Amino acid sequence: MTVGAEPSANAAAAAAAGPDTAVPLLSVQDLTMTFPGRRSVTGRRGAPVRAVDGVSFDLAAGQTLGLVGESGCGKSTTGRMLVRLLEPTSGRVAFEGKDISRLSQGAMRPLRKGIQMVFQDPHSSLNPRQTVARIISDPLLVQGWSAGDARRRAAELMELVGLIPEHIDRYPHEFSGGQAQRIGIARSLSTSPRLIVADEPVSALDVSVQAQIVNLMERLRAELGLAYVFIAHDLSVVKRVSDRVAVMYLGRIVEIGDKKSLYENPQHPYTRALLSAVPLPDPAAERRRERIVLLGDPPSPAAPPPGCTFHPRCPKAQPLCRTERPLLRPAAAREVACHFPGD
Amino acid sequence: MTAAPLLEVRDLRVTFPTGRGTVRAVDSIGFTVEAGRTLGIVGESGSGKSVTSLAVMGLHRGPVEVTGSVALAGRELTGLPERELSKVRGRRMAMIFQDPLSSLHPYYTIGEQIAEHFRVHFRAGRAAARRRAVDMLGEVGIPEPARRAGEYPHQFSGGMRQRAMIAMALACEPDLLIADEPTTALDVTVQAQILELIARLQQERGLGVVMITHDLGVVARVAHEVLVMYGGRAAEQATADELFADPAHPYTRGLLDSLPRLDTPDDVPLPFIPGSPPSLLAPAPGCAFAPRCPVAAAGPAEQRARCSDERPALGPYGAPGRLAACHFAGSAGTSPGGLVPAFPSTAPGVSR
Repeated sequence: MTVGAEPSANAAAAAAAGPDTAVPLLSVQDLTMTFPGRRSVTGRRGAPVRAVDGVSFDLAAGQTLGLVGESGCGKSTTGRMLVRLLEPTSGRVAFEGKDISRLSQGAMRPLRKGIQMVFQDPHSSLNPRQTVARIISDPLLVQGWSAGDARRRAAELMELVGLIPEHIDRYPHEFSGGQAQRIGIARSLSTSPRLIVADEPVSALDVSVQAQIVNLMERLRAELGLAYVFIAHDLSVVKRVSDRVAVMYLGRIVEIGDKKSLYENPQHPYTRALLSAVPLPDPAAERRRERIVLLGDPPSPAAPPPGCTFHPRCPKAQPLCRTERPLLRPAAAREVACHFPGD
Repeated sequence: MTAAPLLEVRDLRVTFPTGRGTVRAVDSIGFTVEAGRTLGIVGESGSGKSVTSLAVMGLHRGPVEVTGSVALAGRELTGLPERELSKVRGRRMAMIFQDPLSSLHPYYTIGEQIAEHFRVHFRAGRAAARRRAVDMLGEVGIPEPARRAGEYPHQFSGGMRQRAMIAMALACEPDLLIADEPTTALDVTVQAQILELIARLQQERGLGVVMITHDLGVVARVAHEVLVMYGGRAAEQATADELFADPAHPYTRGLLDSLPRLDTPDDVPLPFIPGSPPSLLAPAPGCAFAPRCPVAAAGPAEQRARCSDERPALGPYGAPGRLAACHFAGSAGTSPGGLVPAFPSTAPGVSR
């Protein structure tokens, strides 16, 4: 499928592709990433770290999958494999039906315009020596656009994301954090992608600016028919933007399903604990709330516990949980990796 | 006569001279904290919340001017010589920070660092100080405290380091704990543990706590009273219940409205505060929030002029003791009838 530069054509394509078509926009199967162990001062290598361990999901065009979890759970590594910033150790990433996980850089290039990425820290992900014009149009120049066309497109994109096109020759330091994130979003949109992988796109922003960027991303999705993989640790933001949500723990998805049912009736004990730990901006609700406080920290992915990796912190762990790893299985209209899901 | 409050801060001002002019980082802040109570200071980056806490601790160094009054249990701390102040600091009031790794020395064991602190203030022997360190580590929930006391900071996880910092802060049994974004760098399940720990220790010891945070959820969970800061000044001061039920200042309402949250439906567009936080280098003559404020924007010309030209004083609003710095305070209250100018939610918000 060719991708038009026209937003409306894009939206129409997304509508036509719909969630029911046979080939999902993105299909991830058994994705695994193992990093070699770090060398110590004595030159000995530590144990290899399995940062992502058998992650699978599908994403339909125009939809948003929220990927949540705590630091070290593998959500960012997963995101980087989706855009091929990292080559997976094993598994498959199919974009519009084509496996991109083993493509060479050259073979990947024409496909790159379909998948783009937005990063957490807007200022450190923008080259300080380049003007906004250069930053936004760079992906187009790589795709063979003429300089004049690329500049015109950059100005259009600035307007689209709520920046003033006359600022096109300014440098990143002349913009606030929220504006810099708008530049990052404009850059990601330059090649008219169908999928954007956004890694913590609002977590470095001030609270009063977060909502601006969340709204912008929602509006762009509706207007351009984009699909997002929205990676974040903030469960409130993820609830806002997602259609489906996947909860990761120690490199694996432990629960994945429709946003509403997952938030209203979490099945995995980790999801329940995570949701109960989020402070609500309401003192009365906070007082009457029942909170599940987990013991300890997430274990190191270099030495994962046997069986269910959550069992050492799980309030309802049974002997089975210590020996047998639970697989993702259908439960309560979603998939849950727990021997004893629900209450 | 009533006893002096545990901490009383009056008319605190902190200015930094810079090459581009004087920065008024904190401008006329005042508050009290009673024993066993928690004051939440909430604000965004540049609001002056951390500068305030450092000024209370007397930790500002270099070309910085701090004026006003900071009194701990009735004793004035501003103007005390450093020798005197360092006896109070750590002993009667202690502070924990966002990043415990930068406050811990990488070359000394966790136990040595806690013991050192105790020895300085209590002239205790090495063995007694070491026992104290192990006891404190146990009290903050570190398993196998005797063994862990012999480990170095890099061997601790983020949550464990923050526990160790709390152990160090509380080793000398201070009356006041200032916590500057203590859980911001932590995962949400670990944040819940640390907030619980601080609450338990507060109950057991009757600690007064100042909790500095950008997270309104954390404020709602732990604070009794709240000070909302914007552009170095107080936007409003209220009990936590009053603040969340009926925000007086449009900025507070904007923060609450624009927060994605777990406990509300998300099928309507999120309202947002347009623009960005103000520069402290060239503060506008009027209200710092006026350029972003829907109340200021929606009013007639004379109202707009007042907001942009005349700085609103912090004055009484609503319940006794409640304060707000807004010419039109209370216009901020949420009103389903739509009488109150709302924050925008649909426009892309061209940021200028």
